[in-house]
Amino acid sequence: MTTLTTGASQAGMPELLPGDVRMLLTGNYAVSYGAMRARPQVVPIYPITPQTPIAEKISDLQLAGEFDVDLMTAESEHSAMSACITASLTGVRVFTATASQGLMLMHEMLHYASGAMTPIVMVNVNRTIGSPWGFWPDQTDSLAQRDTGWIQLYTENGQESLDTVIQAFRIAEQLLVPAMVIHEAFYISHALEPVVVPAQERVDEYLPPFAPQHRLDPEIGESWGNVVNQDMFYRHRKRLGEAMARVPETAIAADTEYEALMGRGYGILERYRMEGAEIAVVAFGAMCGTARVAVDRLREAGVSVGLLKIKLFRPFPIEQVRAAVAGVPKLVVMERNFSPGVGGVLHQELKAALYGMADPPQVHGYLAGVGGVNVSARKIEELVGKAMTEEPVAESVWQR
Amino acid sequence: MEPFHAEPNYIIEEAPVFSSGHNACPGCGEALAVRYVLNSMGPKTVAVIPPSCIAIISGPQPYSSMRIPVYQTTLEASAASAAGIRRALVRQGKDDVNVLVIAGDGGTYDIGFQALSGAAERNEDMVYVCLDNEGYMNTGAQKSSSTPYLAYTTSTPGGKPNDKKDIAEIMAAHRVPYVATATVGYPEDLARKVAKAKEMRGLRFIVVLTPCLDGWGVPDDGAVRVSRLAVQTGFFPLYEVEEGERYAINVGPTPGWPVERYLETQRRYRHLTADQVAAIQAHVDHKWSLLHARAKVECVPMFQGAEI
Ligand SMILES: Cc1ncc(C[n+]2csc(CCOP(=O)(O)OP(=O)(O)O)c2C)c(N)n1
Ligand code: SF4
Ligand SMILES: [Mg+2]
Repeated sequence: MTTLTTGASQAGMPELLPGDVRMLLTGNYAVSYGAMRARPQVVPIYPITPQTPIAEKISDLQLAGEFDVDLMTAESEHSAMSACITASLTGVRVFTATASQGLMLMHEMLHYASGAMTPIVMVNVNRTIGSPWGFWPDQTDSLAQRDTGWIQLYTENGQESLDTVIQAFRIAEQLLVPAMVIHEAFYISHALEPVVVPAQERVDEYLPPFAPQHRLDPEIGESWGNVVNQDMFYRHRKRLGEAMARVPETAIAADTEYEALMGRGYGILERYRMEGAEIAVVAFGAMCGTARVAVDRLREAGVSVGLLKIKLFRPFPIEQVRAAVAGVPKLVVMERNFSPGVGGVLHQELKAALYGMADPPQVHGYLAGVGGVNVSARKIEELVGKAMTEEPVAESVWQR
Repeated sequence: MEPFHAEPNYIIEEAPVFSSGHNACPGCGEALAVRYVLNSMGPKTVAVIPPSCIAIISGPQPYSSMRIPVYQTTLEASAASAAGIRRALVRQGKDDVNVLVIAGDGGTYDIGFQALSGAAERNEDMVYVCLDNEGYMNTGAQKSSSTPYLAYTTSTPGGKPNDKKDIAEIMAAHRVPYVATATVGYPEDLARKVAKAKEMRGLRFIVVLTPCLDGWGVPDDGAVRVSRLAVQTGFFPLYEVEEGERYAINVGPTPGWPVERYLETQRRYRHLTADQVAAIQAHVDHKWSLLHARAKVECVPMFQGAEI
């Protein structure tokens, strides 16, 4: 299974199909429209910068009669996620969104959600976690949740966020695994771009109503959550792992079908200008947009460089990543997150994924955008040049 | 003269939702409460239960003592979990299904209070029953903010230095449609209140005093007697509040019965000095007079002529 991408989405202004509308939207508003098209019935939510505009837009769309949804203004993110889980277990489609401290407060319930196999879709807007306080784009919040049993999909612009929210429902509901769609503060959340909002009928065709066989219903009598023995727990965790293992193929199929219907697809990874590359930048999220510019400029200057964009981060698509980098001698990871004692999370996960591969690439890890510091195309060009002349070290290296 | 009475003529109607053979300690007051709560709510109910002795009573997979769907949630999330169920049921047009929380005092007064207060403010449509055994019994009898003044727990071995939170008043201050206190020693009163709450809409809250044999130091056959003494000595009056202001006192203290009669039945109060008992008595008297004032009924002094 090595269908990586079509790359169609990144080439200029997206096409309009009958019934589509093009709107000038921030990344967050694009998410709200994507959520609306997916027709969730219950949205428990709690405000936090820089996610708040998502919740506000949903409120506006609901008031305007465009979005028929029960918006539950919870008193905390913990309660919002708790209600998401039970609404989903009772048999309705559920959406929510959060960021940073809110995601941290949800942590206990994120595990609970995946354990209960509730296909909730949540958008997280990446923001630094205190202390000290900050509002800056940094992926440490979502990456700190990588063991919670949620699918993680990182996007690089508003259009991709909208499309990915719709796809995420499809993947999550097919496998009964909750899914997080993640974009960064301000660079995406508040940046205005022309975005195509697909026709409702086409989204309905893509996403059938959620009708789970098992649910909380006195007519059925099934329960969830009570104490199990060790053997049952073992089997349940194994079952969750099996569902996770099916995510890459399911996500690829969901994307392929989405592209056939909507004219836009992304793959779970994207190889950008990787032909004959001597070195490839590996990144996720908004940094990919900047890296494309750097790659184009370096290619113009005769440097054989490409970009590997990681869209599906959890599960980490080991097989597809290995296929994507086969034959590339050097990789340079640039990321905006930091796990003290580990380094860059993508750097570490990538190295683990390549371990044991025949002729693996060398891997450099640069902590380039931690705390939201700007990583310009020039900076990426400079860092590529640096990596080309250096031997990699095991640790992630701070680079400003 | 008994100024208040508990409608003893109420006929309890039980639907067979709760089964015998559950895992409570034999004689547990909480199990008795679960019976009257579930059997009054009936089979068209979805229950939410957080970690507590109630979860143990509900049963481990694949067993259940409850013939209804039960969602076991996390300790602090009961009210939010119930809200999610209700909202999903409404979206599916299943408005006739009851959503019931049965949570302990720890899961209600303490760690679950934020979710409960939020749900009360939104007037989420559920019956929330707190089975109040005045401590974290499931984890070995530590104090909760419901543990009474001077009571021994494993985390307050010298006696709890602070008073019990008044959860009924706190919930009444949220002006929810219905708040009631009840206890297992008065099953008609308990069953009537659950049946009444079931017919209402919005957030309905009932706190049920449920003696814990081990945590309180009460013999196996003592739960009902201790429960009645709590009411008869004025320690735990039975009353109802509608819309945060219409008070009705159902069972008050029996004139002349000192609180000592209640305290002396339990090992957790064995260390009390005479001065401490007197302090508790003064406190009980004061709270009873405050309840009278709120209920706007004439205060009948409890200990007219009685020796304490
Ligand atoms: C977040 C969290 N903290 C702590 C616990 C451990 N715990 C389980 S039950 C319990 C006490 C519950 O007390 P209460 O609600 O009064 O119920 P009871 O056991 O007395 O019936 C505690 C502290 C937990 N399950 N979750
Ligand atoms: S510990 Fe107390 S509350 Fe828990 S089951 Fe035993 S008697 Fe009942
Ligand atoms: Mg308790």
